[in-house]
Amino acid sequence: MKVEHGIKGQQKTKIKLEELTFYYGKYKAIDNVSMEFLECKVTAIIGPSGCGKSTLIKSINRISEITNDVQVEGKVLLDNKNVYDRDVDLVDLRRRVGMVFQRPNPFPKSIYDNVAFGPRLYGVNNKKRLDEIVEYSLVKSALWNEVKDRLNQSAIGFSGGQQQRLCIARALAVDPEVLLMDEPCAALDPTATARIEELIEDLKKYYTIAIVTHNMQQAARISDYTGFLLNGQLIEYNITTEMFTNPDKKVTEDYITGRFG
Amino acid sequence: MTVGKRKIFNSFFQGLCRSMAFLAMAVLIVILVKVVTNGVGVINLSFLFKAPREGMTEGGIFPAIFGTVCITMLMIVLAIPVGVSAAIYLTEYAGKNFLGRIIRASINNLAGVPSIVFGLFGVGFFVLFIGRGMDKILGIPLLFGQPAMLWAASTLALLVLPVIIVSTEEALNSVSVSLREAAFALGATKWQVVRNVVLPQARSGILTGAILSISRGAGETAPILFTGCAYFLPRLPVFTIPYVHIPVINPLDQFMELSYHIFIMATQSTNVAATRPIQYGTTLVLIALTFLLNLSAIIFRIYFRKRPR
Repeated sequence: MKVEHGIKGQQKTKIKLEELTFYYGKYKAIDNVSMEFLECKVTAIIGPSGCGKSTLIKSINRISEITNDVQVEGKVLLDNKNVYDRDVDLVDLRRRVGMVFQRPNPFPKSIYDNVAFGPRLYGVNNKKRLDEIVEYSLVKSALWNEVKDRLNQSAIGFSGGQQQRLCIARALAVDPEVLLMDEPCAALDPTATARIEELIEDLKKYYTIAIVTHNMQQAARISDYTGFLLNGQLIEYNITTEMFTNPDKKVTEDYITGRFG
Repeated sequence: MTVGKRKIFNSFFQGLCRSMAFLAMAVLIVILVKVVTNGVGVINLSFLFKAPREGMTEGGIFPAIFGTVCITMLMIVLAIPVGVSAAIYLTEYAGKNFLGRIIRASINNLAGVPSIVFGLFGVGFFVLFIGRGMDKILGIPLLFGQPAMLWAASTLALLVLPVIIVSTEEALNSVSVSLREAAFALGATKWQVVRNVVLPQARSGILTGAILSISRGAGETAPILFTGCAYFLPRLPVFTIPYVHIPVINPLDQFMELSYHIFIMATQSTNVAATRPIQYGTTLVLIALTFLLNLSAIIFRIYFRKRPR
């Protein structure tokens, strides 16, 4: 069903930020950031609160535009195509770039209807096909065994961790290429967090993942690359093991070792 | 200021505010007690289900009840689609831009227009302009171009439009941003977000608007005065479909209405003493009917709220 994007040993750039500067009204949230997200790798964005981490990944699927007045300079290239070009179809962009939010936000509908929500938007109404997609997505998000007998129950009654995995399943159901995760474990307990981390480990075989996290250990555990953001500027970007053992800059080391932030 | 003085002031103002609150409640109680004690005596089945006789001094008020129910329902059916669509445009599409601000200001001013002005507008616009215009275009003798239930309901619908728009707007705005984001992030278009996420969430708020507009519209007299209600009709505004003999409400007919019925009995009757108990009875029925319509809308709303969707 899903094609393997990544070929071992060969690293393809999936997303490339080129001198990206991002404003909310007059406020500059991202300041001249250039970095890459490699295909089928997990790239973590770390940094203190308000440094622009969320804004950075939200600039990729252009979701901030819905609620805010934003202005963008520079480029965000997805497969070498700038997502801020005039001819970009936002619907198609957001199908290709899925997103999981900080607080689990399932729709107040049944498990089934939550997962089927995306495919239905694209006109998939065939019951058999929808059943397949729902099962496939729930299996992939490691939720199937827990909910397979309760697909018609409202998602609201489930635990936070289950809701978050449901949100992941919902995002996977439209067959994205990239998965943006905005502090997906911030509202979860340690057990639920561990399950999500395992899941991310598994998902990166198929998807390019960009994850924002507050938790340095989490970044160290799950990511292949890490970017450290401070006041909207990318201070350092490197292979995760490098960054956490041997950071280039003093300020990165201070942040990682918990001296501020 | 001494402590004692402050305490006195405090209790004084608390008492003042409390008595004003009770005053508001007392007005309602006095009205209800007066209407119920004087009106309950005339109410019986034949009062509710028979037509008036002998120049309104005897008989029942069934045609007026029937007309009130019909026109209120027709009003809601006409007002909800317009009001909800307008509110969707204002919250979801126009936002806070210049056009949106102008429309919003117009709606607020529309809410302040006196109801008699709506009545006159209804005659000029619906009956004479649209109705006569339709007759002329269709080349038929007078059919649409006279006062009728349809035009009266349209006029009432305009009157309650601001209520529906404002309450729907509030309902739409209260739908959480995170659910909207979730849908947008899946690639939903604006309309899909509205249709699949926002409207289902806002449904009970929209029904609240409907409830409020029923309360506002059901008892209005001025807007229907010239647009369709009749002093007295010997028959119900019902039309029987030929051959199959199914009676349907005829929106092109005139109708009797409770509040107008009270008005004419109070001002036009030749025998006020004979109609007085009937006036009280009619008033009681009007209040009860408004209450019943409200109640059914509330039950409807609870039903929607409970249903897991």
